[in-house]
Amino acid sequence: MKQRAVVVLPPLLCGAAFLALWELFVVTRHIKPFLLPKPSAIWGQFHGNFHLVRSSTRVTGTNALIGLLLGVAAGVVVALAASRFRILRELISPLATSVAAIPIIVLVAIFNNLFSITSEVPRRLMVALVVFFIVFLNVAKGLEQTDPTHVELLHSYGATNADIIRKVRIPNALAYLFVALRQAAPLAVVTAFVSEYFGGTQNGLGARITQSIASSRDAAGWAYVLAACLLGLAFFVLAIAIEHITTPWRARQANEFSSIPTTRR
Amino acid sequence: MSTTNDSPAVEVLGATMTFNRGRANEVVALDPITLTVNAGELVALIGPSGCGKSTLLRLIANLIEPTAGTVRVNGKAASQARLDGDYGMAFQQAGLFEWRTVTRNIELPLELKGWDRTRRRERASEMLDLVRLGDFADHHPWELSGGMQQRVAIARALSFAPKLLLMDEPFGALDEMTREHMQGELGQIRAKTASSIVFVTHSIPEAVFLANRVVVMSARPGQIAAIIDITLGQRDELTREDPAFFAHVTSVREALRGLPASHGAGVDDR
Repeated sequence: MKQRAVVVLPPLLCGAAFLALWELFVVTRHIKPFLLPKPSAIWGQFHGNFHLVRSSTRVTGTNALIGLLLGVAAGVVVALAASRFRILRELISPLATSVAAIPIIVLVAIFNNLFSITSEVPRRLMVALVVFFIVFLNVAKGLEQTDPTHVELLHSYGATNADIIRKVRIPNALAYLFVALRQAAPLAVVTAFVSEYFGGTQNGLGARITQSIASSRDAAGWAYVLAACLLGLAFFVLAIAIEHITTPWRARQANEFSSIPTTRR
Repeated sequence: MSTTNDSPAVEVLGATMTFNRGRANEVVALDPITLTVNAGELVALIGPSGCGKSTLLRLIANLIEPTAGTVRVNGKAASQARLDGDYGMAFQQAGLFEWRTVTRNIELPLELKGWDRTRRRERASEMLDLVRLGDFADHHPWELSGGMQQRVAIARALSFAPKLLLMDEPFGALDEMTREHMQGELGQIRAKTASSIVFVTHSIPEAVFLANRVVVMSARPGQIAAIIDITLGQRDELTREDPAFFAHVTSVREALRGLPASHGAGVDDR
């Protein structure tokens, strides 16, 4: 417990000092609130507007969560299919790899045209698509990059291919899935958030920020930024918690070596 | 665990292995090999890198099929023996599954053979006692030292009571002290389980200390250069300082030296 305090305390103190300096700077230098509001003002808006902050966080958060779940499910299923059918793997892998270099978020503008103006579906689809490629690439890798000794052992037991998938490939891919989740969870929030800038219902965090800034309620805008930060963090912490519970050996190794999964030790 | 019939543990009859046959990069890994391992015997395969000793072991395990010739294990075709679980295998990499506890690692082959949970638990705990790791049943592999991991791997290989144990440099990645300790352990395990063992190694003293017979192989193409009977009787730590032990080490070394010079490389004298 003492050790934990040593780890947690310095960044907390650092953050508090930063906020204090910020407040001091704005007050002493008479910075105009539309340039940079005081942290206390932002907190006041966050607190005072809490029901609106909460409802817009819920909108963006729900979009991110549904998209994340869809994307993870699709990524896992397609990766499993690709490990079974080589042709599928050869078709999708190059596409999935190149997607990392493309700002696919602009597709949301096209999705918006496909659905009604009040629909949340385009944003969820967008999140799902972004998450899908991350999950697919990682899980496909985890299914493929098994320890050759493990596979040889299973053969020596007279195991079938189905046994090898169940006992070696899937457990191995699980660790890769959680690495993917750690990347994908915060990105799901970012995507849900940015998607709101391409039109549709203006009730999420991204839309609220634009509205607040446009109507010169800058501290309120920053309050929504704060909410967006908290939402992203919540997703990230959730992903890490799931990783620690389901794959403790991975979490342990990650702490020891802070590396990408390796099956060889 | 005694053998129910008199057939040898392993019979290799004129087996050859050619990789990439008919292509430019064709490699003859094994020239016709004929070798019999009797029930209860420990045969060590030693030779320079590339002499095909691991290939020979994989042929016996039916992990690869010979280009020509036949391999029989416990009087059956090697492929049938593999499906029947007639042999257990251990590699240089312990190859434990990091997502499984020690107990569940040992249970894995039993799961595949359809044993029920209670029987699996029972057997795993017997095996852990055999390799003296009873206190580590619920640990994960990363919490064990290299020697302990290798003991778990051996327990796993023995879990379904195979008559034959195939070991591919199982102690090759261990430090010298642990290695000698593990050799002693293997001797004791063998005394309790009465299994036949084919043991691939790079180390001459290891081969002499463990084996009833040492098969010296030469490289390119892999073939048997000499078979040396080891007549040391019961081994213990004193065996290592016995003049008869050194005499055997010398004769294996000379058999390896007798190979053409370029082939002698890659064997260490530890």
